[in-house]
Amino acid sequence: MLLTFLPDIPDIEVTTVFESLLTEEQKLLRDTAREFAEKRLYPQAEAFDHAQGVPDDLLKELAELGYFGLTAPEEYGGMAIDQISYALVLEEFSRACAGLAIILSVQNTLVAGALSRFGTDEQKKRWLPRLVAGELGAYALTEPDAGTDAASIQLAAADGGDHYLLNGSKAFITSAGLAKIFLVFARTDPKGGSRGITALIMERDTPGFDVGKPEHKLGIRASDTRAISFTDVRVPKANRLGAEGQGFKIALSQLDYGRLGVAVQSLGIGEAAFAEARKYAKVRHQFGQPIAQFQAIAFKLADMKVKLDAARLLIDRAARKCMAGERFTLEAAEAKLFASEAANWVANEAVQIHGGYGYMKEYPVERYFRDARITEIYEGTSEAQRIVISRAILAED
Amino acid sequence: MWWGTKVEDYRREIRDFAERVVAPAGDRMDESGLFEPELLGELRRRQLLCLLCPVEYGGPGYDTLTYAVAVEELSRVCGSTGITVAAANSLGVYPVALFGTPAQREAVLPGTASHGHIISFGLTEPDAGSDAGGTKTTAVRDGDGWLINGSKCFITNPHLAEWIIATAVTRPGQGARGISSFLFHKDTPGFSVGKKENKMGLRGSDTATLHFDSMRLPPDALLGPEGEGFKQFMKTLDGGRISIGAMALGLAQGAYEIAARYARTRRQFGQPIADFQAVQWKLADMGTQIEAARHLVYHSAYLKDRGEPFAKQSAMAKLYASEVGRFCTYQAIQVLGGAGYMSAHRVERHFRDVKLCEIGEGTSEIQRIVIARHILREFEVAVEAAPHAARVSA
Repeated sequence: MLLTFLPDIPDIEVTTVFESLLTEEQKLLRDTAREFAEKRLYPQAEAFDHAQGVPDDLLKELAELGYFGLTAPEEYGGMAIDQISYALVLEEFSRACAGLAIILSVQNTLVAGALSRFGTDEQKKRWLPRLVAGELGAYALTEPDAGTDAASIQLAAADGGDHYLLNGSKAFITSAGLAKIFLVFARTDPKGGSRGITALIMERDTPGFDVGKPEHKLGIRASDTRAISFTDVRVPKANRLGAEGQGFKIALSQLDYGRLGVAVQSLGIGEAAFAEARKYAKVRHQFGQPIAQFQAIAFKLADMKVKLDAARLLIDRAARKCMAGERFTLEAAEAKLFASEAANWVANEAVQIHGGYGYMKEYPVERYFRDARITEIYEGTSEAQRIVISRAILAED
Repeated sequence: MWWGTKVEDYRREIRDFAERVVAPAGDRMDESGLFEPELLGELRRRQLLCLLCPVEYGGPGYDTLTYAVAVEELSRVCGSTGITVAAANSLGVYPVALFGTPAQREAVLPGTASHGHIISFGLTEPDAGSDAGGTKTTAVRDGDGWLINGSKCFITNPHLAEWIIATAVTRPGQGARGISSFLFHKDTPGFSVGKKENKMGLRGSDTATLHFDSMRLPPDALLGPEGEGFKQFMKTLDGGRISIGAMALGLAQGAYEIAARYARTRRQFGQPIADFQAVQWKLADMGTQIEAARHLVYHSAYLKDRGEPFAKQSAMAKLYASEVGRFCTYQAIQVLGGAGYMSAHRVERHFRDVKLCEIGEGTSEIQRIVIARHILREFEVAVEAAPHAARVSA
């Protein structure tokens, strides 16, 4: 069926609807990030994917531009930008290179964020300036036998007087191969369940600490993912973040921020795939007309737009609640669940619209399709989000 | 099973071979991006590249159903092997056996049977994908023969092939009726194969461009009558869709088995994750959809083997099985969680591999067009009876 009356779609900015809600400062931050991402990341993203990494120089440059300290307090060299601004910046990076975006998300949200919120002044003074200046951080929670069931982690931290003695391992740790500073969640009380977990900051060069080989991943290949292991690793008690036994709480509350970050990453991948699909549908001719003129293709684009706008609104809601200083666990889970499913749906249809070309690495939709898949898995699978959401619903009244 | 024990016996034989030989090669080929010559040799020895070659030419002459089971079982452990076998048979042996002159069949088919010669089929062009009627490659009369110029893209098996079938426009301006098929040897001067495509999945499978640079062909290179090319490849693809459906089915089955085993052994929250209802329902949906896809694929093969119309059913089988393939590989990754995203488990490879099934040999969008046309044709009478509905088919 031909849709011959389809009006010419104007060249809209995908974020037009939300422009009016943004402050001048937020727009400036976003536009600056967009310019950098489009010029410096997007053209290289395929190469990073192939090489399974990003050049050191690029990370150094990103740190110099302040992207390693986006949310860290100003007194430690950070930019202390609000959650909306952070989401806007992270979206731009995600559109250009989702693998790099997760490096930034882990750095800012999970590591610097946890230090900013739970660290003592001395700890902040010690590590935040280093993170801001470009030393990478890693967040080590997941273990081979503790994924969705994060409270069951077994990495042992035995009391050694002025230090803890760590033995065990962690799996799927982002940036593990590059990181200098590790936020490690370990078990200080074997019988304590989720209350027996403690958060520790560990320097990479600590004896007994070992980093495994890089994992070969389906997507986000610009990021480094490895297992890490601990054999009689001594971590001073001064490196403990928060109180003993408070680790799981820290991990979870930090994951609220992380999930918002993954929701934003999903949105960025989805927007990128949508933009490519829309562009392609308008220029690709088959059966004597642009394929966008076919109703089946036009409706796919319509569905993409609706899903992405809905994701953006859920993210916006979660970010604003977070900025208001309220608990946003439920909102972050909803945003992450919806945005990640939307990203995968959109990326799949974007490949479909590209046909055979979509299956080839010359076209970025091939990468978006692979990158999107992780967003339903890390920082809590979709199943974990549904656990969070359903429990919240059922706990009401 | 309504399809009988003979087919199941054959399945066991192929599965044994697939698990012992194909599976380990599949893991390596995804990494190396090359189809291993040793594996190709095994496929030749077992006549898997000429399953559809008639007995009179030395082939095993299997029916479509048995052939579909072979593709399914190979794909269950390696999509690249599945597509290589599917293309060699459905797009190579089948059109030669069906449309070739006695001389062409005699020249080509015995080699597929005795030496495992592969015939590669070139249809798609950069500007003629879903719209295959938009072919730009030209064949002009040259003395009593033909002069071919143009190129093809996304062609399966050309580096491995001994023979090539390619479509070209012999009568410009006549649209689909102006397209003819040619069959020629790979060493024909003026013919060349481009470099391998860098694909999302099926990375072991050989995909490349074909180039015709003033390639001269004798008059007897024409496959069947002139102007029949479009009709021929529509028929070829009707059959090919069964094998793509079988391939998607095998990939779905492979991922589903990995997920089910993982769910039984993986413990979280003090119990196997298979004890959680959310995981059970994923398995239930996967199992149900695979079963439905299998019936659709086998039924279309059965209709074809009986000489009954099967084009609608094979399009439905391909459409449904390929979407089931994506669903099942997607959910298998989800069941495995982080481990599913890593290459150490085969599910992420199956997920990449099966995506091709929604694209190759007619995208899902094309399948829906084909199916809708069949349906609307069935309801033509109703349209006449209700004139207001006539606009639908305009």
